Amino acid sequence: MNQLDVRLPMGLLFLILGLILVGYGLTADPAIYASHSLGQNVNVTWGAIFVLFGAAMLTLAAKAKKTTPRD
Amino acid sequence: MFTHLCPPLLGVVLELASVDYLILGLYFAFVLGIGWVLRKHQKTSTDFFESGRSLPAWICALGFIGANLGAQEVMGMAASGAKYGIATSHFYWVGAIPAMVFVGIFMMPFYYGSKARSVPEYLKLRFDEKTRTFNALSFAFMTVFSSGISMFALAKLLNAILGWNFDGCIFISGLVVLIYIYSGGLTSAIYNEVLQFFLIVLGFLPLVLLGLKDIGGWDGLMQNLNSYSEAKGMPGAWSHSWAYMGDAKANPIGIEWFGLVAGLGFVLSFGYWCTDFLVIQRAMAAKNMNSARRTPLIAAIPKMMFPALVILPGMLAIALYHKGGSANIALPVGADGTPDYNMVVPALLSKYFPHGMLGIGLTALMASFMSGMAGNVTAFNTVWTYDLYQRWFKPDASDAHLIKVGRATTVVGLLISAVCAYAAAKFNNIMDMLQLVFGFVNAPLFAIFLLGMFWRRATGHGAFFGLLIGTLTAVAFQGCTLPLGETVSLLKGGWLSVQHTFVSSMAQNFWMAIFAFTGCFLGTLIISLATAPNRTDAELRGLVYSLTEKVKDHHETPWFARPATLGIIVLVLTLGLNVIFW
Repeated sequence: MNQLDVRLPMGLLFLILGLILVGYGLTADPAIYASHSLGQNVNVTWGAIFVLFGAAMLTLAAKAKKTTPRD
Repeated sequence: MFTHLCPPLLGVVLELASVDYLILGLYFAFVLGIGWVLRKHQKTSTDFFESGRSLPAWICALGFIGANLGAQEVMGMAASGAKYGIATSHFYWVGAIPAMVFVGIFMMPFYYGSKARSVPEYLKLRFDEKTRTFNALSFAFMTVFSSGISMFALAKLLNAILGWNFDGCIFISGLVVLIYIYSGGLTSAIYNEVLQFFLIVLGFLPLVLLGLKDIGGWDGLMQNLNSYSEAKGMPGAWSHSWAYMGDAKANPIGIEWFGLVAGLGFVLSFGYWCTDFLVIQRAMAAKNMNSARRTPLIAAIPKMMFPALVILPGMLAIALYHKGGSANIALPVGADGTPDYNMVVPALLSKYFPHGMLGIGLTALMASFMSGMAGNVTAFNTVWTYDLYQRWFKPDASDAHLIKVGRATTVVGLLISAVCAYAAAKFNNIMDMLQLVFGFVNAPLFAIFLLGMFWRRATGHGAFFGLLIGTLTAVAFQGCTLPLGETVSLLKGGWLSVQHTFVSSMAQNFWMAIFAFTGCFLGTLIISLATAPNRTDAELRGLVYSLTEKVKDHHETPWFARPATLGIIVLVLTLGLNVIFW
């Protein structure tokens, strides 16, 4: 059974979520961080981590596709 | 596991922005998309119900813990972290890891090697049809009921914190889960459990880090917890896992070490992790025996770290609540003046997450709720189709027919879940009563698996009647005991005659499990010796330890990834954690 590699949708989802967080973090009113996350722009920080995680998953999925022979 | 969430109607209120809705919408789109892509791979019943037995160990492992990591677990453990402190980690380091190692090393060879398609089917092969049907029926009821409870908890929580319509939440969550299981079967459920696992880890980690920073780091947390413990009359009890377990009255859980280790660490934990088809099904989806055995062992590694993600938030919340001042947290307080611990996670989300991350936190919570539902529904449709429908209604069913039945069962299972969710909303006591009944049936279960797998003389009659004796022992035990401060009732116990009073209801529960297990074990032993064996040695090959060729670890697998090595590493690490947080 030739399944979908779960790293592909997972990588894509986290990559897009990360980009949304970074984009929102850079454009939103900085006052929201003072009232919530101890003054830290968590959207940019964790958005970047989401992007890195998503990219790592996509890279692993691409590598696995290269090494797996086609049916 | 072992925790039940009852979110209140009033409490923390969250307001979402467009970016949070965008994040939620994106998640739903991916979940449905995964089901859509996987639908074309569901060609046989093995594909639909068992993921074609084709998944790698790491995916099965994340599904294995993901299926158990429902939002009730996440929110319930955070609530327990606030109520009991570090001692809540016993539910992981005592009440999960040893059993996960045991099932991977010793039991998986029988489940996977026997080619049984479900845990009840293993019971049929090992014992007889009546034992299988008894287990299949009780399990099927329990799974749809649990799915309904998840649905109810999700709808009630979203209604309370976001003001969303209760009926709408039931309908949407049920429909999404239905679509992705109907299309992609077990694989779809497992893939979504993997997604949910990473969402929980990456979504909750910043919550913990921010909370720790706010309270003044680990030292600040311990200082505040110690002050809180003193105020509660149990100095030090919130910041140690074992130091105060010598006496049930010296720790907030209200249990002494023996009851904890024997009741939770052995009977309940092994009964759940080693026999519950909901989790075993994930390991049985693995591509080979080596992967199936490694599934619970790999899962044990993140599982032992989970207290940092799910218990620590509760400890932080109660420490912040106690500290007050600028670090204060808005925990709703009940009529008796105690904080509502079930609202710990929403309160922390509200305090620390701005829009954007708030969407991620809520998505992770919703993913957990839906994973909890999906896990139960996939286990239900498999047990119903293989162990009840095919056995009792259509033994000659074709493979295509079984897939159709599996899909129809998914629809029916979710409809029953919705009925349970509404019943839970209307009659909370009925739900508590059902949970109690399931507790009676489950507590003795591990005894027949233990005897069945490791004692060839155990018979079908022995297992079936042993199970009944164990269940009756649990009922009688509950009827003769009562937790401190409770009045006699069917739900709380003591309705036969109060012979003993426990410090807490948890202690009553753990000791009930010990008695039920012992009753079942002795009953199975005696009845087996008194009845003729109903299986020949040839029939028991592959099902019983002494008659099965020992599984040799793959030489292609590096030494550190082999099941035996992994098991030792996991146990040593767990022991280390117990010592560090003693």
